[in-house]
Amino acid sequence: MRDDSTFRLNVGLAEMLKGGVIMDVVTPEQAKIAEDAGACAVMALERVPSDIRRDGGVARMSDPEMIKGIQDVVSIPVMAKARIGHFAEAQVLAALEVDYIDESEVLTPADEAHHIDKWAFKIPFVCGATNLGEALRRISEGAAMIRSKGEAGTGDIVEAVRHLRAITGEIRRLGTLDEAELFVAAKNLQAPIDLVRAVAQDGKLPVPLFCAGGIATPADASLVMQLGAEAVFVGSGIFKSEDPAPRARAIVEATTHFADPLRVAKASEGLGPAMESLEARKLDESQLLAGRGW
Amino acid sequence: MIGVVALQGGYAAHAVVLRSLGAEVREVRVPADLDGLDGLVWPGGESTTMTLGVEREGLAEPLRALAASGTPVFGTCAGMIMLDRSHLGLLDVDCRRNAFGRQVNSFEADLQFPGIDGGPVRAVFIRAPWVADAGAGVTVLASVDGHPVAVEQGNLLAVSFHPELSADPRLHERFLAGVQARRARS
Repeated sequence: MRDDSTFRLNVGLAEMLKGGVIMDVVTPEQAKIAEDAGACAVMALERVPSDIRRDGGVARMSDPEMIKGIQDVVSIPVMAKARIGHFAEAQVLAALEVDYIDESEVLTPADEAHHIDKWAFKIPFVCGATNLGEALRRISEGAAMIRSKGEAGTGDIVEAVRHLRAITGEIRRLGTLDEAELFVAAKNLQAPIDLVRAVAQDGKLPVPLFCAGGIATPADASLVMQLGAEAVFVGSGIFKSEDPAPRARAIVEATTHFADPLRVAKASEGLGPAMESLEARKLDESQLLAGRGW
Repeated sequence: MIGVVALQGGYAAHAVVLRSLGAEVREVRVPADLDGLDGLVWPGGESTTMTLGVEREGLAEPLRALAASGTPVFGTCAGMIMLDRSHLGLLDVDCRRNAFGRQVNSFEADLQFPGIDGGPVRAVFIRAPWVADAGAGVTVLASVDGHPVAVEQGNLLAVSFHPELSADPRLHERFLAGVQARRARS
């Protein structure tokens, strides 16, 4: 019996990205540089988050022609972003046969109450989360991978750390609860009891947990991997730095050897200036992206 | 002690299956991690990423030496590609990368394996390769649509799907039985 639409296939692709670096790229040339530097996947988008932040206005799905151009030059998986709740953009990305769709807060939300019904798609989805309840709501909607939101386009790791610690800390806490307490936890997390019970039992999410939002250096990658991320997304951090290819290789190396400080030190040598950064705490409320999503 | 190549990819899922079968597991990132291994699993992931990792760590020669010594090696998906003629050159096959297509074409299928009892093996194919050409010393164990997806050559076992994802440990058991048999001989 052949079956081409199981959830296991979608989670399975995320499993294969573990220990790797998914890099934001805006041109086929950047995609090639990313692949040659060891990226395990690329995120094809029109503008990296720091430019979206600078330019303002409505940020939308990328031009299909650009996505196809990137698919043509790399053999690694190609992901692309749809706006939160914009299932028509997701349908377009599915028709383009991208390998993963990121329902992303980095783009301007299209729906202020509903996320995309991801079960309606054969293509897997990744969604951002700032805490465990949000992660479990996205999984209940069909997400096959969760990433921290962080604060994209800042080069400041503080928000990604906050989100990872919130998710892993809440998972550990669930493990200490009895059955009656789990019902209350589900209510407070605004998440389905079956998922809450499974997380309490397994001590982990039912899908891989990756980190995104603010990674700019090899040591940032090591930090979030040690905090429980299973792979990292690097957005503006590579192609907004002064010398992208060596930095890309260095972040790949530090992600593989995240637990070995000597290797992270070696990877960090002589990379030149990181991206221009913004301190997330000093951003105006209206400039924060992580609050998007419900 | 079973090594699982952990440069990038599905190493965590393999480690879970191997441990559930009673094996001790060590993640392999540098040549020193290969010392004293009784068997090696090469998981799926991205072969471009792994190729760069093998070069960066100087793993190619130590891995070839390990395989040449008769140590059982089990490659899955990208792990199969890494063993082929154009990568480490251990397995006398050419693999075609992403041969079944992009993620939208990923699929599960039941495969009959010679020598594995208890019905077909559920095989999870994710952006999977197939074997495009195999030398005379290679035994094809299973095929999909006429394309070989599981092969064996001496101490090397390679499949283009993901036995670590299907909750069916029989291929891992077969690999570990090879490890046991070799230890019993030495």
